[in-house]
Amino acid sequence: MIRTTTSSPREDRGTSRGSASRALQVRVRDARLHGWLFVLPALTAYGVFVLWPLIQTFKYSLYQWDGVAPAQWTGLDNFKTVFSDPDLISALEHAFQLIVFFSGIPVILGLAVATLMQRLAPRRISAVARTVLFLPQVVPLVAAGIAWSWVLSMSGVVNQVLSALGFGGVTRAWLGDFGTALPAVGVIGAWVLLGLCTVLLVTGMSKIDPALYESAQIDGAGALREFLAITLPGLRQEIGVCVTVTVVAALSAFDIIYISTRGGPGNATMVPGLMIYQLAFFNREVGLASALAVVLMVLVLVCILPIQWLTRKTSDA
Amino acid sequence: MIIARRIRWLGGALLVLLMALILMPFASMFTTALHQSGTYPNGLDWPSQPQWGNFGAAFQAANMGAIFSSSVLIVVAVVPVSVMIATMAGFALGQLRIRGGQLVFLLFLLGLTLPFEGVIVPIYYEIRSMGLLNTRWAIILPLTGLYMPFGIFWMRAHFMTVPHELSEAARVDGANTWQLFWRVHVPLARPALSSLGILMAVWTWNQFLLPIVLVDDPLERTMAGALGAFQGQWGTDIPLLSAGSLLILAPTIVIFVVFQRHFVTALLQGSLKG
Repeated sequence: MIRTTTSSPREDRGTSRGSASRALQVRVRDARLHGWLFVLPALTAYGVFVLWPLIQTFKYSLYQWDGVAPAQWTGLDNFKTVFSDPDLISALEHAFQLIVFFSGIPVILGLAVATLMQRLAPRRISAVARTVLFLPQVVPLVAAGIAWSWVLSMSGVVNQVLSALGFGGVTRAWLGDFGTALPAVGVIGAWVLLGLCTVLLVTGMSKIDPALYESAQIDGAGALREFLAITLPGLRQEIGVCVTVTVVAALSAFDIIYISTRGGPGNATMVPGLMIYQLAFFNREVGLASALAVVLMVLVLVCILPIQWLTRKTSDA
Repeated sequence: MIIARRIRWLGGALLVLLMALILMPFASMFTTALHQSGTYPNGLDWPSQPQWGNFGAAFQAANMGAIFSSSVLIVVAVVPVSVMIATMAGFALGQLRIRGGQLVFLLFLLGLTLPFEGVIVPIYYEIRSMGLLNTRWAIILPLTGLYMPFGIFWMRAHFMTVPHELSEAARVDGANTWQLFWRVHVPLARPALSSLGILMAVWTWNQFLLPIVLVDDPLERTMAGALGAFQGQWGTDIPLLSAGSLLILAPTIVIFVVFQRHFVTALLQGSLKG
């Protein structure tokens, strides 16, 4: 994960070059002390608004607290609730189901689109498509949520198209239907993340040596074989990045769901991020909200670390 | 050759279709925004009498001028300071290689994939005890801290690539650490700095969780936070809501189109390094 360029201390240099270099060495040593002054402002901001709250989240998670009255120590009770309360469990399950849409669709479709852009389509169209595909990544998720709520509503574009094609029977309020609300939210996420993945993958493909493809063609490899033997391994690192970014986006989804469904209908699209918000600021269950926050953060790490390990290990060697 | 050309044509057509799909929600919002306010038009339907006045009405209803200047204020308070202190720390960790730097860096890495929901509850109580709830500081200060992991990661990666000999030469010429940083390294880091600045500006503009938790008054929020409030208030008037949403996302789109190349490389490198 951390790439360090080889750096051996350079102090062995010029030890015998007299006082000038000794003065230089003193300054270099001073610099290392001064260096801490350079880190200090960032460390303060990070400490006060990330590390300290992080510790507090762990602390709160062990208490029962309504935000006003004195907190009561309850040990791990909040965590027991997180893993036994059906609403909380289903919120965690929804987060994992969203991974299919937030990660699966953008990565797989992104591979197809990137191949299309790189090898098949006219260059100029590809360039325009890059820009257009990237657009959802730039607009606020809130705006995406509002636009899609309208597209997926009863009189929205989706139903309009379905009716025109003669599928009037399946039209519905997609975000309001217990069976389709979660996939519908997932589609919004896929729309947002597809562009990022595609552009990442296209960039990765352009770095693969074209000679590899030429020799594969000489060996008589078909397009599919080419893709599996050359493109996919060559994109290992980029795929790793796509999966990492999108999995984090899925597990910590908040904006889109807050705007489009508020977790409804019922609890059909409730996710941990929104649950934390509601528990802490509406139900006044700060301890339980914090326990869920701890679980969410641990889940993110548990999902991310293996992906990093798998996709970086050989590409660095 | 004819087959190849046909395939290229087909590939192009597929891409055009995909672009249409991506743009469809924007198009639907646009045509809807032009319908009579308070009506329920169809998703994609050009009105017989476009109501361009809806944009003006939404501008008034959302108090867009005030929201815009609030967002600009927040961005101006967050971005330069964050970029500056992240650059200083990145310089110390990537170029000065201070003692214990690896450990500090690991500490920052910890926050790189941290979901904001993980710390929002304590931040609320912290900001409350500082007496800053419902002020712009409630957004500005936490964001500065939350941006540090990425900012430092980004700048450190840049400073690692700058040859050490450059620093040594400047030292021989008598530069102290601050001069070395400000006169030699910062000018060289300009591309990395501007990419980081653009990224942070867009993230701030689009930030939603912090404003809705920490600031009640939409006029003290960021654009995205204000849009949330606007939806709550005008959610049933679809044409007006569409017009307001378009106005709110217009600035990001303009910035994107202007800085396009910068933007894409910044976001890509950002996620690649992350």
